[in-house]
Amino acid sequence: MKIQDALEIASQTDPGMVRSHNEDSVAYEPACGLVVLADGMGGYNAGEVASGIAVSVVATEISHRLQSASPADRDDASGDELAVSLLRDYIQKANASIYHASQSQPQYSGMGTTIVSGLFYDNRVAVAHIGDSRMYRLRGETLEAITRDHSLLQEQIDGGIISVADARLSKNKNLVTRAVGIDAEVVAEVHMHDVLVGDVYLLCSDGLNDMVEDDDIQSTLYAMQGNLPLAAGQLVQMANDNGGRDNISVILVRIKGRYAASRGRLARLVDWFKRNIS
Amino acid sequence: MAAKLILSIDGAVIKEYPLNKDRITVGRHAHNDIVIDNLAVSGEHAAVVTILHDSFLEDLDSTNGLEVNGTPTKKHFLQNNDLIEIGKYKLKYINDQITQTTPADFEKTMVLRAPVKQAAAGIEKSGQTAGMGAADKTGRFESHPAKPPVSPVQVAAPATPQPAQQAPQAESNQRTAVVQVLTGTNAGKELELVKNLTTLGKPGLQVAVLTRRPHGYFITYVEGEHFPLVNGKALSNQPQQLNDHDVIELAGVKMEFYFKG
Repeated sequence: MKIQDALEIASQTDPGMVRSHNEDSVAYEPACGLVVLADGMGGYNAGEVASGIAVSVVATEISHRLQSASPADRDDASGDELAVSLLRDYIQKANASIYHASQSQPQYSGMGTTIVSGLFYDNRVAVAHIGDSRMYRLRGETLEAITRDHSLLQEQIDGGIISVADARLSKNKNLVTRAVGIDAEVVAEVHMHDVLVGDVYLLCSDGLNDMVEDDDIQSTLYAMQGNLPLAAGQLVQMANDNGGRDNISVILVRIKGRYAASRGRLARLVDWFKRNIS
Repeated sequence: MAAKLILSIDGAVIKEYPLNKDRITVGRHAHNDIVIDNLAVSGEHAAVVTILHDSFLEDLDSTNGLEVNGTPTKKHFLQNNDLIEIGKYKLKYINDQITQTTPADFEKTMVLRAPVKQAAAGIEKSGQTAGMGAADKTGRFESHPAKPPVSPVQVAAPATPQPAQQAPQAESNQRTAVVQVLTGTNAGKELELVKNLTTLGKPGLQVAVLTRRPHGYFITYVEGEHFPLVNGKALSNQPQQLNDHDVIELAGVKMEFYFKG
């Protein structure tokens, strides 16, 4: 099955009930199985600029590179699969673009963004993230966060200073320990996960998971997995009903079928021809 | 404005102490930040560790212990207006900065500058995540397992007092609604709508959901061959608000929606 037939994708982004503008950016490229979400920060419209740069660099450049290569190819320079090195390299490139813009233009000084991105290929997903935008997976009836925030609060949870339940009462939310565009270099955390048919993946900015309990996210995804656009709208609506204090963005990906990469030289040669002729 | 502790005895305020250090101690000995010269108080009785806007109270193995809001406590994540009792003395914790500034300012995501962690750069196997390493400020708090997430049944009775800045829960000002099955094998069965989202039907086949919102209950068609009926009329793609005693029909089964009490 081709990747665009194996995935169903829906997305929604909303400024919320308090903010006047939306500093989140989202993009998806169904043809190569790529989804990207970023939550920008910085004064005036700098947050939108930062998240916009991050999303467009990652989405455009990676989908361009995948026109002539397969994500399962081996990257000679790093020895990793191409999916992994593409995510890592283009997030680093987005970091450099944002950093240079903020250094050269005073109105963009200090801007930055979180990012979470998934590249679906070969019955797997490579997940890269920086900051506190998350990816969740619904498998069966179980919802699980498959990224771990780069935030002060998460470090406190890991250190046993504060319990997960107490963390919801903390006033130290929204302090990220890693972000794109703040320093000259940044390293994305990249993990590989096996994907099963029927899984639903949720990428979201903290405007969703700060306002809506995981239990409510779970019941929404489980009940509405047959209608992804409705599920995306419902999640945004629940965040707004609870106060909508931040921008809210979600991308949903449902796995409809298997999508193994072609194996063997001949199969890949045929693939290459198909890609370049069609 | 930093958070503070207000020391009092028998309702008379003795002194205010701003929490402007990472760690302050309370005890009878003179070297403590808050000195309470009373024999019921241990030499070093308690400590308050502050990390940015959060403060944590810890009993330093004192002889007579301490209470927070009337409950004996060893360790406690302090919330605005918590009352700490050490013998006859009371310490009130005040941390109201969020109410003094616009909430939007505090919700803004900010970056804590930290060196890039090379250790997290590699790729880990599925399901495993890189250990981030605890903050250096772990202080004296020993690690304890995180509590499991609150199950929907427990939501109505939170163990910790809700702070004022939390969004008001929908149930606070809403009557509970019930759906009672009228026909079919489950006739007579009642379903209380205690969750924010209740599913009718079976995912993959025929699904409608009932959502609880601040201004009422709504029914939404999700998937399936037939649109559910409300009082005999088919739903559109839009959510529809439910009124007392509306009759819902889904896959041939009739149900009545009504408010309890």
